Amino acid sequence: MDLSCTDEEEAYRARLREWLAATLPGLPERPDPLDWPARRAYDCGWQRRLYDAGYADTHWDASPTQRLIFLEETERAGAPYVGANFVGLLHAGPTIAAEGTEAQRARWLPPILRGDEVWCQGFSEPDAGSDLASLRTKAVRDGDAYVVTGQKIWTSHAEVADWCELLVRTDPEAPKHRGITWLAMPMDAPGITVRPLRTLAGSTEFAEVFLDEVRVPVSHRVGEENDGWRVTMVTLSFERGTAFVGEVVACRRLLGELARTARKNGTWDDPVLRRRLGRLSAEFQALWRLTQANVSEAQASGGVPGAGGSVFKLHYSHARQELYDAAAAVLGPDALDLGRDWTLDRLSSLSYTIAAGTSQIQRNIVAERILGLPKGR
Amino acid sequence: MDFRLTEDQRALRTGVRELLARLFDREALRSAVSAGRLDRDLWRELGDAGFFALRLPEAEGGVGLGLPEAVLVFEEAGRVLLPGPVVATHLAAGSVPGAAEGAVVVTSVDEGLVPWLDEADVVVGDVTGAVSVRSVDPLTPLHRVPGTGGCAHPFRPAERLPTTGAAEATLLTAAEQVGSAQATTDAAVAYARTRAQFGQVIGGFQAVKHLCAGMLVRVELARAAVWAAAVTGDPVEIAGAKLLADGAAVRNARDCLQVHGGMGFTWEADVHLHLKRAWVRAELGMTAARAEETVAAGL
Ligand SMILES: Cc1cc2nc3c(=O)[nH]c(=O)nc-3n(C[C@H](O)[C@H](O)[C@H](O)COP(=O)(O)OP(=O)(O)OC[C@H]3O[C@@H](n4cnc5c(N)ncnc54)[C@H](O)[C@@H]3O)c2cc1C
Repeated sequence: MDLSCTDEEEAYRARLREWLAATLPGLPERPDPLDWPARRAYDCGWQRRLYDAGYADTHWDASPTQRLIFLEETERAGAPYVGANFVGLLHAGPTIAAEGTEAQRARWLPPILRGDEVWCQGFSEPDAGSDLASLRTKAVRDGDAYVVTGQKIWTSHAEVADWCELLVRTDPEAPKHRGITWLAMPMDAPGITVRPLRTLAGSTEFAEVFLDEVRVPVSHRVGEENDGWRVTMVTLSFERGTAFVGEVVACRRLLGELARTARKNGTWDDPVLRRRLGRLSAEFQALWRLTQANVSEAQASGGVPGAGGSVFKLHYSHARQELYDAAAAVLGPDALDLGRDWTLDRLSSLSYTIAAGTSQIQRNIVAERILGLPKGR
Repeated sequence: MDFRLTEDQRALRTGVRELLARLFDREALRSAVSAGRLDRDLWRELGDAGFFALRLPEAEGGVGLGLPEAVLVFEEAGRVLLPGPVVATHLAAGSVPGAAEGAVVVTSVDEGLVPWLDEADVVVGDVTGAVSVRSVDPLTPLHRVPGTGGCAHPFRPAERLPTTGAAEATLLTAAEQVGSAQATTDAAVAYARTRAQFGQVIGGFQAVKHLCAGMLVRVELARAAVWAAAVTGDPVEIAGAKLLADGAAVRNARDCLQVHGGMGFTWEADVHLHLKRAWVRAELGMTAARAEETVAAGL
């Protein structure tokens, strides 16, 4: 039980903090959150600044503690969020770092860090959401390429992505978990059609992706053919285990902001509301501690987070929704104004119990993989 | 940063678990429930094992361990429902002669309640006018002290930040709650794995599975909070940890009871003992209302 940082880590924190303090004031305003091309440019621009200043390698090369410090400090300072770089930095990149060949690491990781290339995640299909392993998009080997045909859905940032971490079925005869392969697909390949879907917030942050005989070189396969489910588990463990870490810090910052607003507008005098904020603050603090515990475990077991990520995600996704409901209680009528970040964020928080595996699926995972209860039919 | 137990801490936890299995197994628990008295021999054995002197410096005959280690030990105590004013006696070990060795039983006035008043040799706090309560928990006799606490919790968070001693009592009580929440999770899972209905074990039913998963989430979150608060010693973090640990202990006991069905509602199942003790502990150290106010004041 050691929460302290080494001198070296503290020096890193101090340097980063100083750099953020000097850099953030000169930063342009964030573009309209509904304008994804503008968001991509902005998010990648920020990633480039991190890269140039030597702060971009925290995602898979740095020690987990350093990664936590990075997330803690950037969020605390109110720096831009990873945004369009989410998939690349937080799960495709870590998967390639853990499972890719030397050549694949060299090809894909630096552009992610520099903010040159944006990734999206092509896992879900219209008939394969929670039951991901039943996916049907097929890939047939033709010489040195896979020829991919099928449809993906809910693909976040597909409109602005350069690469897609794509799951395909390479052996239709094998049991459903066995015939899957993980590919890196260039989004500008012929045969790809992206049709944006409008979210309930009015944004086109995700899309349907139609694949018609798209050729993906065999060298773009991460892991072995038909061993994609195992690679997928690595991706999902990053997605659930560590990808939300920075957001927990952000939620703690938002709670502070809410408390200040409440003290100003008088809602703080309501003990019920005040206590509700107190409870949420205790929960987000505990979630941060749970993250530190999960990251410590991952570090000790070779870098890939375990099923503890599902424990975290379950509580986090609900707490985040409660945070925005509490915010609405503090803000009153302002919470109905779509022009405020709060309102948009409240709407997006509704996806947290669905995306990256629904709460029901997370409970199945916790019950079956951690508690050892029998698998349901 | 490495927020896992060190080897020494793991060994300590295993040692305490084995010790308690020997000193206070389920049979001992059930006979303590029927006896309703504090077992002085048990108290002395706990003293001999260093339970109370855990954090006293070795020069004073203690074990010289810290708050994180104490939290692990009290988690184990909570797991087996160890009876008696263990927290108060532990905290008195440096100041009340005999407490460290388990020769003397020390209790304290806490949120207007005094556990084990009739059995205690020393009471910390003023018990003038204390009246006996028919305690809901058969293993925690209670008195109430008029004029202090009770149902009208004062909402004055800022002035009521806990003092060091009180904060430690709060944290160790929270650790017991985590242990209890873990015990009811284990019991529910074990029952769900063996009890069959409709031709399969009930643990295969998603409605039951999801109750169990929810229990694990609560206990893991509360444990992370308690361990971290033990490391930082921060009063606001301690208040938050108590809040989550109370919630985990009470709600997990209820869900455990639900998983046990009719069996859960009997005196024979241990679930009710966990639930009742969790209710008592939730009123001790720091109540939910005060914990929420304390954390809010830190915002
Ligand atoms: C904002 C957002 C972004 C997303 N981004 C991406 C992305 O970039 N890439 C990608 O591949 N996917 C993405 N997704 C898809 C997401 O992973 C799926 O929506 C999710 O896995 C659920 O699948 P589904 O939508 O098909 O729902 P379904 O699987 O049809 O589920 C419907 C309901 O049934 C419940 N249910 C289903 N099966 C079970 C079961 N076995 N037990 C109990 N309940 C069950 C679910 O919990 C849910 O309540 C995104 C989703 C959202 C909302």
